[in-house]
Amino acid sequence: MIFRSKSWIFATLAIAIVAAAALGGCKKGKVDAFPASNAIAGWQKTSDTRTFDAKNLWQYIDGDAEQYISAGVVSTSTSDYKYQGQLEAVVDVYTMNDAAGARKILETGQTGDAKTVQLGDAGIAYAQSIIFRKGHSLVRIVAYESTPGAPQALLALAHGVEAKL
Amino acid sequence: MKSRRDFLKAAVTGAVLLGSQSKLGLASMLDPHAVTGKSRVVVATDAALHRPDGQLDDKRVLDLLDRAIAASTGRDHPVEAWKRIVPQGKVIGLKVNGLGGKGISTHLALVLAICERLQQAGVKPGEILVWDRNARDLEACGLTINTDPSRIRCYGSDVAGFEEQPVAFGSASVRLAKILTRECDMVLNLPILKDHSMAGITFSMKNMYGVVQHPNELHGGGCNPGVADLNCIPAVREKVRFTIGDAISSVYDGGPGFHPEHLWQPNALIVGEDRVAMDHTAWQIIERKRAEVGMPTLETSGRPPRYIATAADQAHQLGFNDPQRINLMEV
Repeated sequence: MIFRSKSWIFATLAIAIVAAAALGGCKKGKVDAFPASNAIAGWQKTSDTRTFDAKNLWQYIDGDAEQYISAGVVSTSTSDYKYQGQLEAVVDVYTMNDAAGARKILETGQTGDAKTVQLGDAGIAYAQSIIFRKGHSLVRIVAYESTPGAPQALLALAHGVEAKL
Repeated sequence: MKSRRDFLKAAVTGAVLLGSQSKLGLASMLDPHAVTGKSRVVVATDAALHRPDGQLDDKRVLDLLDRAIAASTGRDHPVEAWKRIVPQGKVIGLKVNGLGGKGISTHLALVLAICERLQQAGVKPGEILVWDRNARDLEACGLTINTDPSRIRCYGSDVAGFEEQPVAFGSASVRLAKILTRECDMVLNLPILKDHSMAGITFSMKNMYGVVQHPNELHGGGCNPGVADLNCIPAVREKVRFTIGDAISSVYDGGPGFHPEHLWQPNALIVGEDRVAMDHTAWQIIERKRAEVGMPTLETSGRPPRYIATAADQAHQLGFNDPQRINLMEV
């Protein structure tokens, strides 16, 4: 009877572990965090989403890849956007092994002019970029030029991404 | 009178063939060490390179290029100067750098200015090949892919491919881009000045990571000795003879990707033949900017560009990193 009970516990634990791993893996690999065109007012998604795993991340950000790999990046997805037909931006979503990895990247290289923004678990904004983390995801949104309306537009897009994570 | 834009449009479509075929060429290039025993590095700047609206002034970029090339060659007339740099009847590659994306890539205005002067110096449009790793990088520079040999060509290794057989020097065993090995007789190196999270800085020598299939394999030890070894591979050492470095915009931290919070505009071109002296000069420019904004040195940050000294050592002898042996000309 005791043996049977232990088996049942082990089996339940095993199923739970496998299920958790599967769900975790699914979440890390398949979340589409990229808002469609016009889902956020004024923003058009102007490219297909490209995804790189840790092994081939160098093809996208050669030279930068190692710092993400050392922080436990699992995959990176990226897409281009354009605001009101003019302001171009890129959205990068880094899926890390855990929240600590996302925190590590966010805290790296912050400068004094970074402003805290209410996004996800933590976020900062500059005149042309926003970086935030939510769970094991790290999101970086960068505009290619500085315009008076860029900060607000980027913030709106960032909220759109956050809502899909 | 044609506007410059009309001229460039015509040039790119092959409608304009300018300049007579020069009998000068590589053989007549100035040897920067011949007279002084020093390497000449020219830093040409124009504080008004960007217009008040933030856009680049194309005409001023061309003028800045002329000034830099004149100082580098000792020839005031741009066409004559270019005839001393490039051989006639050969394919000239322009290796740009679009890795960092649209915000921090070799500027289109500079590429167009060089193409304009090359054609005036007698290089036919089809003998000019603008290239980088792939279409994405080229498009980041504002370029359009073109494989039509009657016009200025522009494509990457995603089109032309890599050599099957690796070549090696020291730690570097690489498969080289066929554009370098088979298509170009000479390459003008057009890097953009950036901080680099591993190498310290990326400029002249580091731009050669874009000519191999797996540059990520050369990143160990802060890209040292990878950068120096790669530049010693004969096709790289012998064909990449002249650097026109883009320091119009730069990132002093967070590179090599685009981090606009660390973007600044040196409004400069850095020109020369000695790739080591070029990188040493570029390193000092980055360090000055970091000091200006209160950032620690690259050494303190744990990523000094050690590959520069390696490139100058006895095993590599790619150039000079000793300031006493660099003839720095600021114009």
